[in-house]
Amino acid sequence: MAFNKPELGSLIPTNTAFDPALVNKLMGKFGHGGFLDMEYVGHGEDWVELAIDWRADLVADPETGILASAAVISLMDNATSMSIWTKLGEFRPQVTMDLRLDYLRPSPAGARVYGRGICYHLTQTIGFVRGFAHNGDIDDPLAHASGTFIRVGDRVS
Amino acid sequence: MNGPLANGLPPYALALDMEVVDRIDGTPVIGMPFADKVQGRPGFLHGGAISGLLEMAAIAAIHQALRAKGSDSGIKQVNVTIDFMRGGLGQMTYAVGEVIRLGRTMANVEARAWQDDRSKPIAIGTMHYLIRRPKVEGA
Repeated sequence: MAFNKPELGSLIPTNTAFDPALVNKLMGKFGHGGFLDMEYVGHGEDWVELAIDWRADLVADPETGILASAAVISLMDNATSMSIWTKLGEFRPQVTMDLRLDYLRPSPAGARVYGRGICYHLTQTIGFVRGFAHNGDIDDPLAHASGTFIRVGDRVS
Repeated sequence: MNGPLANGLPPYALALDMEVVDRIDGTPVIGMPFADKVQGRPGFLHGGAISGLLEMAAIAAIHQALRAKGSDSGIKQVNVTIDFMRGGLGQMTYAVGEVIRLGRTMANVEARAWQDDRSKPIAIGTMHYLIRRPKVEGA
């Protein structure tokens, strides 16, 4: 197990604009993101969309095959976190201060889950985010998210 | 979601090696060992893995409370808010839920996660669940 990997910040190029697809190759392929196998889907000026595939070992209820809501939290955590760096145009160390999810409906067995994170406001210290999860149709969301991230400066290492 | 914990921990929890390690006043304490699959930034727990642990503890607590009332109702999660207070270090993490109020149609549950010291939570989750009465067989 690679607990001694270099800090994320040191792996991200500083001479170019923040690239969510590239960073997802770190955040979505190692650690908990790797366990869920997060895929980069797309991004805009202030948003990033990631996705995870349904898997039997991510299920909350074996009778229905409904995905564990915690998998959706992780997806939204990563997508909203990356939306801040995307809006900012560069990486800055931060941690999740709080995250809320409203579950509009379950995510059914076999369905891929997309999580779109949007950074709607940035200050020197706080990134304000919202977002939603869906199964492929953005007009039929399964969950809404909102939260805040706090910049941690040097304290991250 | 008709009682995912009624017959033990769900696949998601087992995949992250969670288990019931203790009980506090009858309510299960869920433990989650540190491993690469629950890691976020290097050396620290991923917020989503902490959230997962909190949700399992909350669900375990509500099932315990329902059973204590002699109820065989199921639950459906409406929402969750997680407050992250401290970085989760690379070690064993515990969580226990507390049913603040169990009504006929909904329940308010709080779950807290800690590592060395239960009085220093690393995260607290606040959840709302709908209470679902079981369908009558053959009806």
